[in-house]
Amino acid sequence: MSKTKFILGLFDDPDAMMDGIHKLQQNSVPIYDVYTPMPIHGIEAKLGIKDSRLGYAAFLFGCTGGTVAFSMLYYMLVHDWPMNIGGKPSFAIPDFVPITFEWTVLFTAFGMVATFFYATHLFPGRAPRVMDLRATDDRFVIAIDAKGNTPHADITNILKEAGAVEVKHNERKYVSYE
Amino acid sequence: MSSHSESIIREPLITGENITYSQITNDVLRPVENKPTKAWWIGFTVSSIFAMLWVFAVSWTFWYGIGAWGLNKTVGWAWDITGFVWWVGIGHAGTLISAVLLLFRQNWRNSINRSAEAMTIFAVICAASYIVAHMGRPWMAVYSLPLPNQYTLWVNFNSPLIWDVFAISTYFSVSLVFWYTGLLPDIASIRDRATGIKRRIYSICSFGWAGSVKTWQRFETVSLILAGISTPLVLSVHTIVSMDFATSLEPGWHTTIFPPYFVAGAIFSGFAMVQTLLLVARKVLGLENYITMFHIESMNKIIILTGSIVGVAYLTEFFIAWYSGVEYEQYAFINRATGPYWWAYWSMMSCNVISPQLFWVKKWRTSIPFSWVLSIVVNIGMWFERFVIIVTSLHRDYIPSSWAMFQPTWVEVSIFIGSIGLFFTLFLLFIRVLPSVAMAEVKLLLKGASEQAKLEKIKHGHEDKSQVEFYKEALEKFDSVDLAKYGKI
Repeated sequence: MSKTKFILGLFDDPDAMMDGIHKLQQNSVPIYDVYTPMPIHGIEAKLGIKDSRLGYAAFLFGCTGGTVAFSMLYYMLVHDWPMNIGGKPSFAIPDFVPITFEWTVLFTAFGMVATFFYATHLFPGRAPRVMDLRATDDRFVIAIDAKGNTPHADITNILKEAGAVEVKHNERKYVSYE
Repeated sequence: MSSHSESIIREPLITGENITYSQITNDVLRPVENKPTKAWWIGFTVSSIFAMLWVFAVSWTFWYGIGAWGLNKTVGWAWDITGFVWWVGIGHAGTLISAVLLLFRQNWRNSINRSAEAMTIFAVICAASYIVAHMGRPWMAVYSLPLPNQYTLWVNFNSPLIWDVFAISTYFSVSLVFWYTGLLPDIASIRDRATGIKRRIYSICSFGWAGSVKTWQRFETVSLILAGISTPLVLSVHTIVSMDFATSLEPGWHTTIFPPYFVAGAIFSGFAMVQTLLLVARKVLGLENYITMFHIESMNKIIILTGSIVGVAYLTEFFIAWYSGVEYEQYAFINRATGPYWWAYWSMMSCNVISPQLFWVKKWRTSIPFSWVLSIVVNIGMWFERFVIIVTSLHRDYIPSSWAMFQPTWVEVSIFIGSIGLFFTLFLLFIRVLPSVAMAEVKLLLKGASEQAKLEKIKHGHEDKSQVEFYKEALEKFDSVDLAKYGKI
């Protein structure tokens, strides 16, 4: 049995890579993942990846922020220590608007980005799981799990045909571990 | 789509021949991966000397209190708040470029957003330092937060000064998050090309970015939503800064025009500062192919627009002072133009209202030296604007017996000059250690919006003849395009 763990098709052009994905799908070769130096529009639909739900998370964080800010202002200015400022009402809603707005934005931004980092497993010091070092530079990489996907020569040919500049048979999954 | 083909009547966003994806990485990372140049060392030395002056003058203020400044009983706000508002205003361009222009799908933002956002962050740091410094006793800053304290009092949330605390801190932290999230893929590019200790550091900073499909999809969602919420945020920040003045009863401050007028002024000065920095940076870092004449001209057009809005606001203030029939308001404005600070007023008028109008001349707005000088003139003008608003309103208000003049001391002047040094020091460090252009976003433009892609299209010969002529004419202003190769087509 071959020691190859992953087959990587390296493209120097995003359109050629999309063509490669198309050809692999036609031949029913499952794709493990695709690594690119820039976002490729339309690739999610091609690979059948569901829409991101981060928008919903952002909305909920925003609602939380607005509610927290407004409740805090209400508690401090109306409930806990109402002050008589020239006989004006303590519950002065227009004055609450700026801070309520700022915290809505603050909670949305931090909550959403934290959710993004959590869901994508991004945090400082995480060992980068990189299959090819040039995938963050100028190579568009299609990764295929070699196990069960045989014969490897056929996959290599499909990738080459689609215009891959290089096809790698890696025995290790990630090259970034030292 | 990456292969999205763009009409040739749109000017190219990337110029140069044989630009490849790796070429973009190499060009952008050159200052990061190599030893600093002589120009960088000179710039860094000079600006860090001024930054030291800032440290010295701020320490002096903390030691002796704000009595070391030229403030008096009548003029209680002067260079400190002028400097604060000036820096916050400069900090507006970054988020405007990265958020508002993203929502409007202005692709030319892609190559300038990174450095403009960095500039925003450094400018807001300078602004915040003024606020803390002007408290005199910086540890008192904690009382601006709604924390339980021994007085058992909450902060006064009815005060715009407290709104400002929330606005500036939110703006700073959201801009920082926006900037850093955008940096992750580019830090990963540096990581994967580096070795040894450098690789380890960038690896930590890259958060383990690998660029898979799902990561990019989420990244784009996050960018879009951050842009959507940063757009009202950036408008709210200077609105609230303007309310520091507008909600007071001081003649010349108590006007409803302040929020839009301040926001326009902020964008105006922000773009001027972007221009000041990028015109130098593109030359020194060799980024002429990515920050092209089209970018410079577009920014100059925004300077004309916002400069004109500011001009209209100045005239409207005068009209309303007359129309209101309030003699104190009328006197405040007559005093601005003809009183003892007339020179500040007319410096402001000529730098902010007259000088940007020169950009209507195409030859001037596409001239690099002219744009650079004018961008500095605009920033001087915007400093005077804040000085005029603050000092001329304060030095003569309702009671003539307390009228006074204001003279700054060396401490205030040093803090101001020093803060510029601090800003440039931070900016120079930034271009040394982080990519000054968002590589991933520029790579998106290569196949559609680059000059080479458009040249290829013209060579195929299917383009409309008049469109080709139009395109060639548009290219004449570019300093990074060799027109000779278009001669034979």
